[in-house]
Amino acid sequence: LAHGGGGTAMRDLIEDVFLETFSGAGHAAPEDQARFDLSALAAQGDRLAFTTDAFVVDPLFFPGGDIGKLAVCGTINDLAVGGARPVALSCAVIIEEGLPLETLRAVVASMARTAAEAGVVIVTGDTKVVARGACDKLFLTTTGIGVVRTGLDVGIAKGRPGDVVLVNGLLGDHGAAILNARGDLALETPIESDCAPLHDLVATLIAAAPGIRMMRDATRGGVAAVLNELAEASGVGVRIRETDVPLRPEVNGFCEILGLDPLYLANEGKLVAVVPPEEAEAALAAVRAHLLGREAAIIGRLAAERPGRVVMETRFGGERIVDMLVGDQLPRIC
Amino acid sequence: MERTGEAEEITVRGIVQGVGFRPFVWRLARRFGLAGSVSNTGDAVRIHIRGPVEARAAFVAALVAEAPPLARVEQVTRVPAAPVEGAEFHIAESGLGTVSVGIVPDLATCPACRSEIADPKARRFRYAFTNCTDCGPRFSIVEGLPYDRPRTTMRAFALCPDCRREYDDPADRRFHAQPIACPTCGPRLRFGAFEGDAALAAAASALKAGAILAVKGIGGFHIACDATSEAVVAELRRRKQRPAKPLAVMVADLAAARALAEVSALEAEALSDPSAPIVLLRRHLDGPLAPSVAPGQSHVGLMLTYTPLHHLLLASVGGPLVMTSANRANAPQVFRDEEAEAALAGIVDGLLTHDRPIARRLEDGVVRIAAGGVRVMRRGRGQAPRALDWPADFEGAPPILALGSDLKSAACLSHGRKALLTHHLGDLDTPAVEDEFARALADMADVFAHHPEAVAVDLHPGYRATQFGTALAVERGLPLLAIPHHHAHIAATLAENGWPRLGGPVVGLALDGLGLGDDGTLWGAEVLVCDYRESRRIARLVPIPLAGGDVASREPWRVLLAHLDTAVGEDGFPADLLDGKPLATVRAMIAKGLNAPLASSAGRLFDAMAALLGLAPDRLSFEGEAAMALEACAGDIMAAPYPMAVREADGLMELDPAPLWRTALADRAAGVPAPAMAARFHAGVAAAFADLAAWVAEGHGLSTVALSGGVFQNARLLEDVAARLSAHGLAVLLPAEVPANDGGLAFGQAAIAAARLMASEGR
Ligand SMILES: [Fe+3]
Ligand SMILES: [Mg+2]
Ligand SMILES: [Zn+2]
Ligand SMILES: [Zn+2]
Repeated sequence: LAHGGGGTAMRDLIEDVFLETFSGAGHAAPEDQARFDLSALAAQGDRLAFTTDAFVVDPLFFPGGDIGKLAVCGTINDLAVGGARPVALSCAVIIEEGLPLETLRAVVASMARTAAEAGVVIVTGDTKVVARGACDKLFLTTTGIGVVRTGLDVGIAKGRPGDVVLVNGLLGDHGAAILNARGDLALETPIESDCAPLHDLVATLIAAAPGIRMMRDATRGGVAAVLNELAEASGVGVRIRETDVPLRPEVNGFCEILGLDPLYLANEGKLVAVVPPEEAEAALAAVRAHLLGREAAIIGRLAAERPGRVVMETRFGGERIVDMLVGDQLPRIC
Repeated sequence: MERTGEAEEITVRGIVQGVGFRPFVWRLARRFGLAGSVSNTGDAVRIHIRGPVEARAAFVAALVAEAPPLARVEQVTRVPAAPVEGAEFHIAESGLGTVSVGIVPDLATCPACRSEIADPKARRFRYAFTNCTDCGPRFSIVEGLPYDRPRTTMRAFALCPDCRREYDDPADRRFHAQPIACPTCGPRLRFGAFEGDAALAAAASALKAGAILAVKGIGGFHIACDATSEAVVAELRRRKQRPAKPLAVMVADLAAARALAEVSALEAEALSDPSAPIVLLRRHLDGPLAPSVAPGQSHVGLMLTYTPLHHLLLASVGGPLVMTSANRANAPQVFRDEEAEAALAGIVDGLLTHDRPIARRLEDGVVRIAAGGVRVMRRGRGQAPRALDWPADFEGAPPILALGSDLKSAACLSHGRKALLTHHLGDLDTPAVEDEFARALADMADVFAHHPEAVAVDLHPGYRATQFGTALAVERGLPLLAIPHHHAHIAATLAENGWPRLGGPVVGLALDGLGLGDDGTLWGAEVLVCDYRESRRIARLVPIPLAGGDVASREPWRVLLAHLDTAVGEDGFPADLLDGKPLATVRAMIAKGLNAPLASSAGRLFDAMAALLGLAPDRLSFEGEAAMALEACAGDIMAAPYPMAVREADGLMELDPAPLWRTALADRAAGVPAPAMAARFHAGVAAAFADLAAWVAEGHGLSTVALSGGVFQNARLLEDVAARLSAHGLAVLLPAEVPANDGGLAFGQAAIAAARLMASEGR
């Protein structure tokens, strides 16, 4: 692709790619904005949820996904963990001059497929081509709206001592897959990203645990970042058990070689949920019955002690502080 | 006594509280026929006396000359005062709300108390809690100030009439001894269903029969067992999941120590000090110690019995006991009664405990003798909270709180010339240590009435100590000074050695693990030109990638790989080395820069050499394991140094170890034994850094070199570097009471902060 001051041929080309892929999304005329029927939305809940995220990933295609799938799932998940049913997405695309058209086609096709499978429409978008070096191959920004279920009020500050913390499966797959793809690390077992839309799983979870306090997708900074935000915002201590944290042996081995802590690795199809103790069993059973939650596990509890701190009981019976990463993870051992 | 003579008020400063100073004053006043009173005030002892001028002069002279052994008189001021009423001399009670800088450390049992517990006619025969003004628990029982029994963990024990009489009698050795106790009124031993002396006897026979017991000591619980039984010590290691880290051993006296290890005169002195530290001694390899006590080590850590309980226990058992901190793997030493049983379940067969609570965890101090002096490796019980003095031109410096590092964490509270480096608080990785850290700071601020006007932290933003200090500075609106790691290490040595604040620059040689430098990269083998305020790096070791970050510090083979690849390339890498390791993956990490930061670390250089010689396990089970094995391997062998090259890069001088690695690989191929290679390595590193430091000194017209950094805990290296620098005609400053490792970092941070703040005020 060549960049140029709005050369119509090129723009047509790009719009072709998008229009043909996203056709049937229900927007008849190419207006500058998508329009929604308020009463139809209002029937689904009592609040509108609105979120946006920018996606940059190297490489663009990785085992288990690509930047397009990531951009759709990421925004769906940000809506879902707020208790919302996703309604529609927009997508802005920044393309580095020279990106092969096939690459763009493949990404856009992946977006369309992911959205279709998730039952969410991409209703509007924009594209820009910039000079070489002004961006790295392809940047995507997706924005989404959804409708929050009536009466449901989940939030990071709602954790209470005694509440139970669960995750819907094996942690760190996405982060490990990306690093592995980037590093050419000569590892035998490939690790696939867990990239997946979580709104259906969330629906199941909410049905089983209507008193649910909080959900967060554990993306950048991993489960450790979510738990630290939870501890801080809720003014509670979080205690997790190392032996209860679900990990793929390959990811564990990968982390040992790379010197990384899997709790800090990004996930793209995993959430952390906090439920009241009396709903914990039902929540776990419901999540485990879902395709995206078969390896779900209760990893810990909230406590009144040590508010603001996340502490892990290690496999050796000791305790370790799990804190927020500050900047780059520089070695601390002197 | 008639009412004659003038009156005056005398103020004595120094360590004058909790050391029997007031009864000493009382006895002196009686000797010289003076009337008046003595009292503890704030940070001093105040004496009001009346008498003839000559008697008063003699009294003041004796005050200094005959001060009790544990006291330190630093300043005596005399001013004329209003006349004293009455003819008697009396001791005034401490007032509330006064604060002391004179809290003393816990003290090993004195000879008088030792004879007392051995005397069948004495009231305290075989009593495990015997103490007096010259000995016994202090800092470990203090809960608040002034230092009086109601503010110690002895407050629950009401004095019996006999003890009360001793406590009140100025002529008695126990006059105002706050922890005073006897079998009638004091703490009691307990061991299962047994109490008192029966508990002691039962525990001793259990130990003799091979049991592993917890023993409650001064600053925490120990795990004790027969140090001569390989089966028992191996079982302890299995239960504690502690495969290799050396275990400390307690012996009854110097003779018993000499049966296990070589003990020089200096080492005997260190062992017998009232601080009763663990002293690293060269062990007799054919001695009675079980091999598992210190596997692969040339040295063993011994300490003498330092409480009556220990004296009685060792006497009953009749042989040396392992006395290691009671904890689970990676957890701090247990010191609270309520935690002990649960925390040690599955590790010990029983607890020999008692009902005197421990106010704060104080681990045993660790020292070794090197380069002709005592080098503290871990500041602990018996050493804290003794304040150290900075040079005179720090007088008037504002109060500073420095927070040190995350590993071997220790904070420093300074004010003017006084700098109080806390005891070893542990690694700030566990919530229990974090609690202790916060508590120690609150504790110290309280006990020493310290209100910081600035906070100093390490430059590393990821240290919890840095985050703690930053939050504190923000909360209190105090200036925050972030100090590069190795500047702080060197400043600690300067301040401890009395180098004046305005004494100009020195050459600093920091051989260390890792720390953040002022360029945001990881340092650890640097030659600096620095004073307290500023530091400039002149030379360093060539940086190499640490594949896996902190994991590279635990797995020396990664560092060996990086060093050899840098020195001889993949083609020169011996095919038989590091067999079965994921070399391709680690090389890819390094090539792609995936968690492989560059570092110029001396510690990792030693680790790599240990790995080359097969002295390092795949994964270290404790910090320093590889370096200690390498030092032990080198023994006393003298050998020609391995060569290192010097070159200039980016305006820095760089020491390149490539020639060292090439020569070592050739030696290895030629079948040179490991001890000779280890010796050549030590000599090579010492020669290269000493020559480089000497060259920097000459180039900058400097004549003093200060050494610090954890690598200098290696006695062979320290002595060799110091000797080589001296041979260059340079004055050498060595770390002594302040640990060369990160346990001493806060001391240097505080000095730098003080110097900078004073400079900013034009001082
Ligand atoms: Fe250090
Ligand atoms: Mg987002
Ligand atoms: Zn005594
Ligand atoms: Zn008594």
